[in-house]
Amino acid sequence: MIKTDALIIGAGPTGLFTAHQIKLIGLDCEIVDNLDKVGGQCIELYPDKPIYDIPAVPECTGEELTKNLINQLKPFDIKFHLSERVEEVKKDNFNWIVKTNNGKIFSTPNVIIAGGVGSFEPRKFPVKECEKFENKSVFYSVKDKKIFEGKTVAIFGGGDSALDWAVELSKNSKVNLIHRREEFRGAQATVNKMHALAKEGKINLFTKYQMTSVHGNGQLESIDIKNDDDEKKNLKADYALGFFGLIMQLGPIANWGLNLDKKTIEVDTEKFETNQKGIYAVGDICSYPGKLKLILSGFHEGALAARACFKLARPNEKYRFEFTTTSSSLLKRLGKKE
Amino acid sequence: MAKITYITSDAKVHEIEVQNGLTVMEGAVQNNVPGIDADCGGGMACATCHVYVQDDWFNKIPKKEDGEEDMLDMAFEPKKNSRLSCQLIVSDELDGLVVNIPTKQS
Repeated sequence: MIKTDALIIGAGPTGLFTAHQIKLIGLDCEIVDNLDKVGGQCIELYPDKPIYDIPAVPECTGEELTKNLINQLKPFDIKFHLSERVEEVKKDNFNWIVKTNNGKIFSTPNVIIAGGVGSFEPRKFPVKECEKFENKSVFYSVKDKKIFEGKTVAIFGGGDSALDWAVELSKNSKVNLIHRREEFRGAQATVNKMHALAKEGKINLFTKYQMTSVHGNGQLESIDIKNDDDEKKNLKADYALGFFGLIMQLGPIANWGLNLDKKTIEVDTEKFETNQKGIYAVGDICSYPGKLKLILSGFHEGALAARACFKLARPNEKYRFEFTTTSSSLLKRLGKKE
Repeated sequence: MAKITYITSDAKVHEIEVQNGLTVMEGAVQNNVPGIDADCGGGMACATCHVYVQDDWFNKIPKKEDGEEDMLDMAFEPKKNSRLSCQLIVSDELDGLVVNIPTKQS
């Protein structure tokens, strides 16, 4: 069991700056994120898109913002738990016991949810019967490419993942690549490579087609696809791979007894605390009258939630407000003073 | 102002007067029309405000900008008349627009 003063769920910009604030005031914290990297929506949805409304930063991309926030955390020792999704939050006397999908257990008086719009999950095929084959012959990511050797694989999607795997798997498998339109949004070099392989007959390309149904008994046998003009085709398929990007799901958070408003968590505007004492929500996931889904709002919310954490983590101490410009204890924590 | 008609997948009709300058997505979300999630808040980054624009309107409304078609690749059951409602800005010209909301957004 890992003991910490505060556990932050979500390593997006708000979670990162909240960690900064927590460490600055002398508390410990650890961060859990479902993604395999730090940055949240900034990295997953718009790494290259410029942001223009961060105070005192006229222009920066999602990736640059993330890098700068990580830089700002350098003076501090913060443990990240990536590719871990928090499944369960339960009260045990004064502490919250938090469990992840990989079996990690945390004990902490403070849980700060900085979860954006929830955790990122792969988007699935609209065809409901695909569920029966999921993780057996229908996949949304590739863990072991060897299983496809010598098999017929249907790959769906028009981005880099779909193209990269179509090119890669075409070496040892029969690949059918199916996409809803003629244009692909992946890197041009990969698009060209895929078209070249299609010309050689190493990839069968079906554009303007989408999946309509799947067939098989236990193991996938074939799939039906249909184009815009209602022309149908049945393709043999041992495996189907769908690459439709990621979607944000609130996931297990919905079961933690918090007051929810649609997909957001209701908080007060003093501590950004939820209806559960010691559980806070900051950033895009929280809601209160006048809430703006801006990164700068998340920074403010995290700073206040951090101060609220102090009370529960150090019940016998008094929190004193200090400035980084003048406080020698803050400067020490920042590594600027002996 | 423009009257926008949202038809949900259960065939319920929601007629909403939407202010010029708002998006068709905001018109739905602010008036509790179900079925439009708009997870990213209108940033063309999530494809969860996907709608089908009725055919007679599809060619009349402003065309898709770069990026919208890419996002629609990820939408739930996209069709020829698919659009992201966060990219449809309401004006007098859109008065009478009818959109259908898909059964799901993801």
